[in-house]
Amino acid sequence: MSVNIMICGVGGQGTLLASRVIGRVFLQCGDDVKISEVHGMSQRGGSVVTYVRAGRKVYSPVIKQGEADFILSFEKLEAARYIEMLKADGTVVTNTQEIASMPVITGAAVYPGDVLDTLRAAGIRVDALDALALAREAGTERAVNVVLLGHLSRYFDFPENVWTDALKETVKPAFLEMNLKAFALGRGN
Amino acid sequence: MEKLMLGNEAAARGLYEAGCTFVSAYPGTPSTEITEEAVKYPEIYCEWAPNEKVATEAAFGASLAGARSACAMKHVGLNVAADPLFTISYTGVNGGMVVFVADDPAMHSSQNEQDSRHYAIAAKVPMLEPADSREAKEFVRQAFEISEAYDTPVIVRMCTRIAHAQCTVSQEPRTEVPLKPYVKQPEKYIMSPANAIKKHPKVEARTAALQAFAEQTGLNRAEYAEDRSLGIITSGTSYEYVKEVFGDSVSILKLGMVNPLPEQMIRYFDAHVDRLVVVEELDPVIENFVKSIGIACEGKALFPIIGEFSQSVIREAMGIPSPSHPEPVQVPGRPPIMCPGCPHRGLFYLLAKNRYTVIGDIGCYTLGSAPPLNAVDMVLCMGASVSGSHGFLKARPENAAKTVAVIGDSTFMHSGMTGLANIAYNNSPATVLILDNSITGMTGHQNNPTNGYNITGDPATAIDLTALCHALGIERVTVVDPYDLKETEKVLKEETAFDGPSVIISRRPCALLKQVKRKPALSIDPDRCRNCKSCLRIGCPAISAAGGRPVIDPTQCVGCGVCGQLCAFGAITGGAL
Repeated sequence: MSVNIMICGVGGQGTLLASRVIGRVFLQCGDDVKISEVHGMSQRGGSVVTYVRAGRKVYSPVIKQGEADFILSFEKLEAARYIEMLKADGTVVTNTQEIASMPVITGAAVYPGDVLDTLRAAGIRVDALDALALAREAGTERAVNVVLLGHLSRYFDFPENVWTDALKETVKPAFLEMNLKAFALGRGN
Repeated sequence: MEKLMLGNEAAARGLYEAGCTFVSAYPGTPSTEITEEAVKYPEIYCEWAPNEKVATEAAFGASLAGARSACAMKHVGLNVAADPLFTISYTGVNGGMVVFVADDPAMHSSQNEQDSRHYAIAAKVPMLEPADSREAKEFVRQAFEISEAYDTPVIVRMCTRIAHAQCTVSQEPRTEVPLKPYVKQPEKYIMSPANAIKKHPKVEARTAALQAFAEQTGLNRAEYAEDRSLGIITSGTSYEYVKEVFGDSVSILKLGMVNPLPEQMIRYFDAHVDRLVVVEELDPVIENFVKSIGIACEGKALFPIIGEFSQSVIREAMGIPSPSHPEPVQVPGRPPIMCPGCPHRGLFYLLAKNRYTVIGDIGCYTLGSAPPLNAVDMVLCMGASVSGSHGFLKARPENAAKTVAVIGDSTFMHSGMTGLANIAYNNSPATVLILDNSITGMTGHQNNPTNGYNITGDPATAIDLTALCHALGIERVTVVDPYDLKETEKVLKEETAFDGPSVIISRRPCALLKQVKRKPALSIDPDRCRNCKSCLRIGCPAISAAGGRPVIDPTQCVGCGVCGQLCAFGAITGGAL
């Protein structure tokens, strides 16, 4: 099995942590793994992407058009921005949270609130959830990334403890309990 | 134990395992984490230097003393460090010395797309190029061995997709390498003309020896497929993309040492394949070499010279169909922006409002160029704001009251000081704004010589910017708080009106620093708000008018109060107001 997961969001939402947790899970389950990140300027509130690729042997660290099995989007608009990367039979797992970008704030552009309907109308499988609300329920808005991880985990047959073990290795101990709760809420336990 | 590691983390692991004891660097994406990871090993002394030239010279000093040493920088940093590099090539080393340079094809976080391989050729030093994290660690060990065996600094060339990509890396124990004896050798280390004249032939002989080494090193390897109709010469990440597309179906000459290149190996490879294609990101360095030895090949005729490669670039160039994919959807852009509470925001608002010509510089404040502020006129390279504004005003002195240079604290220490000395010495009516946010921001919060902490977070000498500017010959130095728009605007007008050099230090720590406490979020009183949208002019991501009227997102607002100072109707309240 080979899996390509593209993670997108807004700088500061915690996409790097999500990609690292997913990477550990696949590694634990015996796959070769590559993760690609972008640091620096684009992290300042800009559109950010990371890639996780797993399989028997992975060469390229990046995912290009038509190659993503999953797009895991931390923000609604971002799911649409990279839709070209999705495989024909791929799945978009997205947060329904809207974050206005600067062109929207200045009035140069309008936020397309119905963007997920546009994707669905094009025949794309979209699994949307209000990760922000679940993160608040877990105790912190910063756990949006872990809620989404929990939701993504439903698509894989790995035992749940593989995910939670990877979380334990990745998040700071002080925030572990909150993150485990966020994961469980996202997974729908 | 195998571990997922960033290429930069693996490079640092390589330094550790190879017995390196000294690392000096200036942060720069995508090179920064080499040093940030190396400092986690107590066996390696690490530091942030004020700039890449200092870092390279410091690493050379450690090598001279007999230590295995390294310096690290992004591609444009090597421009700054080129001066020592070219002559360290002549002196050679004592302890092994590695120079990391990280290129940024596609300019994810850079001002140009230069190809560092040209430096290796020009400086006549060997260059290794890993293709992933595993090789990054392994190549560092080999780089030290080459450095000591051939008496030369060795460049290890990273790029964004190696530096910031992770794959599994095995961890071996460290080999302690004791200091080599230091012996005074004037002929080797004093590059006066008389000595350098004797050294240059040795450099040429070394290159010849390294060429012979390149022919037999395991760093370069041929992977022959049964089908010999296509042979590809490649290196670095391009190798990974080629393998992604072709797997084991084509023959590949994978070069881990990109300078000097192995002529005989290339000739042999060419003789055993029908069609020869060179796949290399950025400039046609390998291709030009192959052609220079009389071998026909295809390279930039098929592949772009611009941007980074990927499997899709390889497919397109080689006429292989790409997977089908959904049609793109047009959505509003999301460019990077200044954070909520950024101390630069109010200042750039004032510069835009008063229609200043702003000679800019490299850092988070480059974002002052973006809409809606559009406040910046020029951004070139580290330090160019200070020296550039001097030249601008010598040519157009009548613009002095409406022109400023803008530079961050870390960038000022990097290469703004000499420009300021020039302003004082050659007396231009320039006004330089030093945006002192007490950190190196854009690269992810590195301490610097002005903020009182070193790379480990321990207290360090804090260079006093006011005293420094005075010492550089600037009499008028004023400190303002950029959250106070009225006072800042007053000082701006006074200092730009003054017919002589002046400095304004705009001082307020980065809003993302841990010690900076968020204030309660502000809110807009709908009864007082006249919907004039003045508050939207500062481009704060916490304020939007999605519903037709401005509202403040309490989850983003840090209560800086800058927007409230723009509201003529007192509608913005709470927080610090």
